Amino acid sequence: MTEALSLSGIDALYGESHVLHQVSFNLNAGRVLALLGRNGAGKTTCMSTIIGFLPPRAGEIRLFGEAIGKLSPETISRKGVGFVPQGRRIFPSLTVQENLAVSRQKRKGVAMPWTLERVIELFPRMKNRLQQLAGSLSGGEQQMLAIGRALMGNPRVLLMDEPSEGLAPLIVAEVGRTLLRLKQEGQSIVLVEQNIKLALGLADEVVILNTGRVAFSGSAGQVRSDQALITQHLGVF
Amino acid sequence: MQYWIIQTLNSLALGGLLFLLAAGFSLIFGLMRIANLTHGSLYMLGAYVGISVLKYVPNLWLAAIIGGLVMALFGGLVERLILRPLAGNALGQVLVTLGISFIVADLCLIVWGGDPIPVPTPPALQQPILVGGVAFPTYRLVVLAIAVATALALYLLMDRTRIGAMIRAGVDDMQMARAVGIPVSRLFTAVFCLGAALAGAGGIIGGPIMSAYPGLDADMLPLALIVVMLGGVGSLLGAFVGSFLIGAIYTFGTALLPDLAYVILFLPMIVVIAFRPTGLFGRQSV
Repeated sequence: MTEALSLSGIDALYGESHVLHQVSFNLNAGRVLALLGRNGAGKTTCMSTIIGFLPPRAGEIRLFGEAIGKLSPETISRKGVGFVPQGRRIFPSLTVQENLAVSRQKRKGVAMPWTLERVIELFPRMKNRLQQLAGSLSGGEQQMLAIGRALMGNPRVLLMDEPSEGLAPLIVAEVGRTLLRLKQEGQSIVLVEQNIKLALGLADEVVILNTGRVAFSGSAGQVRSDQALITQHLGVF
Repeated sequence: MQYWIIQTLNSLALGGLLFLLAAGFSLIFGLMRIANLTHGSLYMLGAYVGISVLKYVPNLWLAAIIGGLVMALFGGLVERLILRPLAGNALGQVLVTLGISFIVADLCLIVWGGDPIPVPTPPALQQPILVGGVAFPTYRLVVLAIAVATALALYLLMDRTRIGAMIRAGVDDMQMARAVGIPVSRLFTAVFCLGAALAGAGGIIGGPIMSAYPGLDADMLPLALIVVMLGGVGSLLGAFVGSFLIGAIYTFGTALLPDLAYVILFLPMIVVIAFRPTGLFGRQSV
């Protein structure tokens, strides 16, 4: 199986505060890896490190074998890492269509490249909102736009940081269906989620972080059947 | 009647020149978070370079184009060689731009001397237009037209092209713009060159009205700063409205209440910042 994304021995620091300690994991192509852990465990920092906002102090990040740990965010994005950030962070003063258009990147060897039409087909409610300013969308619509924006870059690996955060249950279910469809189309995904049920329903592998260290790494099935593990690292649910 | 028409056209022409200066200043400030204090120097240097061109080719428009291109090159070099290594150090960048403005001012003094150098109005535009017995100074109308045409071109660039949308995305959220693959660093240089070119061309276009003199940079920069604070950082519409507002306030303020000109100038800015820190059309506070 091809390794889509691999982290080995990643140390990351915000100033003097050491947030990630020797974090290592692999994501195989076409799989979904759920990155779980309590608040402050280092999940979002991990995402920031991969996309290049916070370059690792030590360790190696590889995208399909190519080292990307020292590259700038725009280069990492262009190499094929898509990013759906926590809090959505759509461009509020751009229209929905512009949000999608500025993120478009062509990539050779993509069987079904993402286009405006395909994103609209994925999120039909965007169709009537294309000329609307993105800042005026509801939270759920902004989340869909954030996902669509990341897809327009035709990512080889998609990073999603809490896509269900702050959304109504119905919208969470819709986001869940979207993720399932992306998975079925063979999209490699790293998913950070507080909604453990949603995450375990989609994931093939699970990595649990605890105070910046990998506390568990294994299959999603293992986690689903191990209530003690869930209680210990994730709290009860 | 004639007095008021002249004053109004003076204020519109000053507003137009301010727009050429403030549009680039605002874009650079909005995208790169740099208050580029060399912007007044680019205006002055553009005027002087244009004057040197006029010695050989007496064509103001050619001088404006060359002045603009030279300033674009100069601005691009400043951005790449001096500001880029200081990325992330906003205070350092602002201080460096201030330092460069002092250096430019001294160099201009050495090269072009300390006396004001007048710039002749193009002969075809020297005659006022007479409408119903009232004389309208033609060149000021042309300056106004240039500013409006520039505003329109910038609007189309910023609002109707993908590049423009990328720049606005960078103004909205620079880090996220990078994360979707927008080449922010190249856009920085391009925006800097564009802003510098507009300022430089503005300097020589303003020549027949203001001439070129040591201290022109320091006269224009605060006005551009006020325009951008009033209109809102990174907002083209804000720069446009702010420029003509400040042009009018400054012109009529100095004409009617010369003792209070600066009070009249800064008061609206203080009011706007106190009650609307993002300016009239901006998103970020200054």
